Amino acid sequence: MSKQSSVAFVRREMLPPAPPPPGQAGVLRWMRENLFSSVTNTALTILSLYFIWSVLASIMPWTLNGIWVAGSLTECREIRDARGLETAACWAVINERWLQLLFGFYPTDDKLLSSLFYAEPLATAGGLEAVFGAASNATDRIEFVGMMKGDLSNFTIFLFGYWRPLLAVALLVVAVAPILYSSLPRSLLFFSMLYPFVGVFLFWGGSIWGPMTVAIGLAAAFFIGRFFAKRFGLLGGGIAAVAAFIFIFLNPLPFIDHGGLFPLFPHVKDVLHSIIPFGLSAIPSDQFGGFMLAIIIGTSGIVLSLPIGILLALGRQSTMPFIRWVCVTFIEVIRGVPLIVWLFVASTLLKYFLPPGSSFDALLRVIILVTLFASAYIAEVVRGGLAALPTGQYEAADSLGLDYWKSMQLIVLPQALKISIPGIVNTFIGLFKDTTLVVFVGLRDPLGLTNAIRATGEWNGIYWELYIFVALLFFTFCFFMSRYSMYLERKLQTDRR
Amino acid sequence: MSEAQTSLQDRQIDRSQMKVTDEVAIEINDMNKWYGTFHVLRDINLTVNRGERIVICGPSGSGKSTLIRCINALEEHQKGQITVDGTTLSTDLKNIDKVRSEVGMVFQHFNLFPHLTILENCTLAPIWVRKVPKREAEETAMYFLEKVKIPEQAHKYPGQLSGGQQQRVAIARSLCMRPRIMLFDEPTSALDPEMIKEVLDTMIQLAEEGMTMLCVTHEMGFARQVANRVIFMDAGQIVEQNEPEPFFTNPQNDRTKLFLSQILGH
Repeated sequence: MSKQSSVAFVRREMLPPAPPPPGQAGVLRWMRENLFSSVTNTALTILSLYFIWSVLASIMPWTLNGIWVAGSLTECREIRDARGLETAACWAVINERWLQLLFGFYPTDDKLLSSLFYAEPLATAGGLEAVFGAASNATDRIEFVGMMKGDLSNFTIFLFGYWRPLLAVALLVVAVAPILYSSLPRSLLFFSMLYPFVGVFLFWGGSIWGPMTVAIGLAAAFFIGRFFAKRFGLLGGGIAAVAAFIFIFLNPLPFIDHGGLFPLFPHVKDVLHSIIPFGLSAIPSDQFGGFMLAIIIGTSGIVLSLPIGILLALGRQSTMPFIRWVCVTFIEVIRGVPLIVWLFVASTLLKYFLPPGSSFDALLRVIILVTLFASAYIAEVVRGGLAALPTGQYEAADSLGLDYWKSMQLIVLPQALKISIPGIVNTFIGLFKDTTLVVFVGLRDPLGLTNAIRATGEWNGIYWELYIFVALLFFTFCFFMSRYSMYLERKLQTDRR
Repeated sequence: MSEAQTSLQDRQIDRSQMKVTDEVAIEINDMNKWYGTFHVLRDINLTVNRGERIVICGPSGSGKSTLIRCINALEEHQKGQITVDGTTLSTDLKNIDKVRSEVGMVFQHFNLFPHLTILENCTLAPIWVRKVPKREAEETAMYFLEKVKIPEQAHKYPGQLSGGQQQRVAIARSLCMRPRIMLFDEPTSALDPEMIKEVLDTMIQLAEEGMTMLCVTHEMGFARQVANRVIFMDAGQIVEQNEPEPFFTNPQNDRTKLFLSQILGH
């Protein structure tokens, strides 16, 4: 509107939309506006550049000049001096020990390695008999591989010696992918449901009937529960499912020595195994270690704590005083005590409360406590999401006749969880990093293993390189989680245009 | 408001289906409700016959919203009896869910589900409560979305619609449950003046089809044209009720007179 001679104004033609003014971009313009807009800002920019330069100048030579091939720290230093370098990282320790940092003292599959790589040398030497004498047996063979393993490259051992944990983690990715990305085919979810059993079998080994009976037992409990739920309502179905669960499931559970708990029921697993014996060599939990441990504890904790946390959050909002009281007490007690205390409880005190004669797997105890700990936090995060939802949403769901569980499942939780994503992922990242605390209860997490590596003569006195490697491992996973949460938030953003 | 009123008067209302029957749809006997110690509803007695179109008005805080929210048990009453379609409301959740699935409700702030598309908003309850097959539920939903004149928005999200469109979707969502009674809680109060008419049109259309309706609203033009009974509430009680013509031209209670002079006066 230009100058108007009078107050009255009538527009005869509507203005068409016009394009925005030409580009505001350009590097120079951006720099002038953001870095050098005033004397103070220019000074700050120069100061920051100096700071960044000096940090990089002290780190980069050390990192980039790093020595990758050496047998010990002393050798590293000799190479460094020979090259006339002032500082140099000794990456050789990673090069030599990365398998140990990943898998701890998890045994390699020596049978496979010997048949793949030593069948020929053994045959040319005249077989095992020629090497170990006439009475040689499988143990000798494995001993032989142990002696010869130095000849194999770490990567070969990684692929073939550790094929079980490797395959388990690869399948874990396959199992998790359809849960994380809805664009993948939904039929993959069936594998996600099977994965826990596949994973347990690959990691722990033993008879295949262990995880199989558990899977069958759970499925049976589910169908029996559903069958009874139709006739006797939800409560009857629940009781029937739990009964079936205990009957089929608890005995083959390898973690609880059943002698004290349910001595009457037969060991279904053992019966089946005697009919069709199939399995992998059993590896007890105390041989687990390294970053693999963080992945096992972290993913089980994450997967289990989310549903428990959601139930606790709903329970805390319940109108039934008993349920509310139980949930509040649980959350406050778990949250009010440091995780490390709970881990000590898991490793020492718990056995006093279990029936005499029963023993409880150390790793399983830790997983349970880490899960409970994280679920208390998740519960509070989700409660925040529930509180942030307008009451109108609850009322609309109610007014359409949806019952409590349906309105939670279809209306309330999808929105509340969306609001809580940053908090939930934050808790998960915290949980994942807290898995290093298990070092205090005797499990060999990657940080504990750095001590073990330092304890050897060759690598005594090496710190930075090991810690940086462990830090990078954790950072990769945590960074992925953080990015994923941002992706998810963007994807679920339907309420704004 | 005045714009909406004038445009409503242009419309010819088809009264052939608007019949009040003898069948009782809602019966409220000596109902009382307290918020803590505050007595919000006092001795409410109200019988609604099938086919009635009742407008409830009154100053804010008079309990009119609370009254209709008690009818589908969004609010709990402490004394007296509410019977909807032969089902008496008690603490039994089965009864409450039954009544709610028979009674549609439209809110002031629409309360659409923002994480679901318009179509999903409309099919959700039929699928999960009525166990209608998905295909059939979608057909019903499209039928009602056409009726409220926004079938082309079916695959958008509520956040992409204007207020008036959202409120019409909310009406369609309720209708998808095939309710026999519709409750409206100030359906046009949160709307821009230009959008009030489209929502009122939809409500008139419903009335023409013989729906039993209870509306809390200040749209007096709507009340005059569509209602067969107007109820005035103040301080938690029914102060006056009458047919629209005598109610507006010849109110008896002083409080009613004051209220009407204030909302019609300007």
